[in-house]
Amino acid sequence: MATVETAAHNDTHNQSEDSWSGGAQPFKASYGKLMMWYFLVSDAFTFAGFLISYGALRFSMATWPVPDFVFSTTPFNGHGLPLVFVTVMTFILLASSFTMVRAVQEGHQENKRGVVKWMILTIIGGLMFLGCQAWEWNKLIGEEHMTIKQDPFGTHTEAGIYLAGDGHDVKEGDTFKAGESYLIHKHDGEWAPLDYKVTEGANAGIVKSQTLGPKAFGALFFFITGFHGFHVFSGILIMLIVTVNAATGLYTKRKNGYEMIEKVGLYWHFVDLVWVFVFLLFYLL
Amino acid sequence: MAHLTYEESKKSASKIIIVLGIITISEVLFALLGKGYLKEGIEFHPVILGGVMIIMSIVKAYLIIFEFMHMKYEVPGLAKSVLLPTLLLVWGAIAFTWEGGDWLKRRDLIKTKNEQPVKDVKVGSVFDSATTRNVG
Repeated sequence: MATVETAAHNDTHNQSEDSWSGGAQPFKASYGKLMMWYFLVSDAFTFAGFLISYGALRFSMATWPVPDFVFSTTPFNGHGLPLVFVTVMTFILLASSFTMVRAVQEGHQENKRGVVKWMILTIIGGLMFLGCQAWEWNKLIGEEHMTIKQDPFGTHTEAGIYLAGDGHDVKEGDTFKAGESYLIHKHDGEWAPLDYKVTEGANAGIVKSQTLGPKAFGALFFFITGFHGFHVFSGILIMLIVTVNAATGLYTKRKNGYEMIEKVGLYWHFVDLVWVFVFLLFYLL
Repeated sequence: MAHLTYEESKKSASKIIIVLGIITISEVLFALLGKGYLKEGIEFHPVILGGVMIIMSIVKAYLIIFEFMHMKYEVPGLAKSVLLPTLLLVWGAIAFTWEGGDWLKRRDLIKTKNEQPVKDVKVGSVFDSATTRNVG
């Protein structure tokens, strides 16, 4: 109670005298909340370091896999649907942010049932997001053979015509323009790049073979979405713990408006915030 | 700390999530339209395309930080101590993407220089070892 009285006192009286006598909260936020904010600042710098290196490496390459080609598949055999699946993932994460806001609001009302209900919905949202990401990774690693060292997604720099089909989407005689991306498949464990004839420009008539895309793409994709996914995963673990604590009535006894839910909420919103930028850089641009 | 009543904050949360959803949908539609997937023949300049999407993402970030994370209701000192350091990232993003563009130019330069025929080889010149390696 002393804390509350001091804080109220500070509002109306000379702050410089009382601030040094102890008991006052800097920025009128509790220690835990303030430290959560500063942890998020440091985490933002970590993510920014990753995303900025993505930008620098992308700008340093003559070609970069076109995201609308790389991320154009959905479960249930969806093909040629650019951005659809990742938009669904984004909506799942946004929805879980909303349920988190509702959990915090119920906490301020000291409504235990409400907190537990909305927290469970948030956890389900997080699990759904992780499930989507697992599907996407499985597709890229298992079917398309992308690794942190090899990127099967290349991009044409000249227009041309294929001299053979790959038994998947490309048929013999298919034409392409400069700037279009392609996927090199593996046959019997070996890369099977297709031959094509250049039809425009200075090299017209020359037969060339597809080459693998920029190595950095796979490493950046797996490290950055993996680091984000790990944040989602740890968020789910923390949410499970605080939900059990809330359900057992631990936070009711503290009588501080379920502040622990608020702190976990800050972390969860931050994970959503980072996804906004991962979504922008990897999928939209 | 609540500056809104329970009912008001409930309403505001629903409003914000709808706005965030609409921005996300428009980002995706804008990206698909600008790259010519929705209608043949329409393509936006990459700078316009990127610029609009970056602005929309920053609006989303603002809504998440100020509404969902309640930065709006914190004292200004807290908001400044959290947000001002992140301005360094603006510099970082511009500086390093610029640098990345330069790496591309250097690499192209090295490639063209390597393809040029070697001329004026002076025996015993300081460039001897370098030219020998190129010819070899």
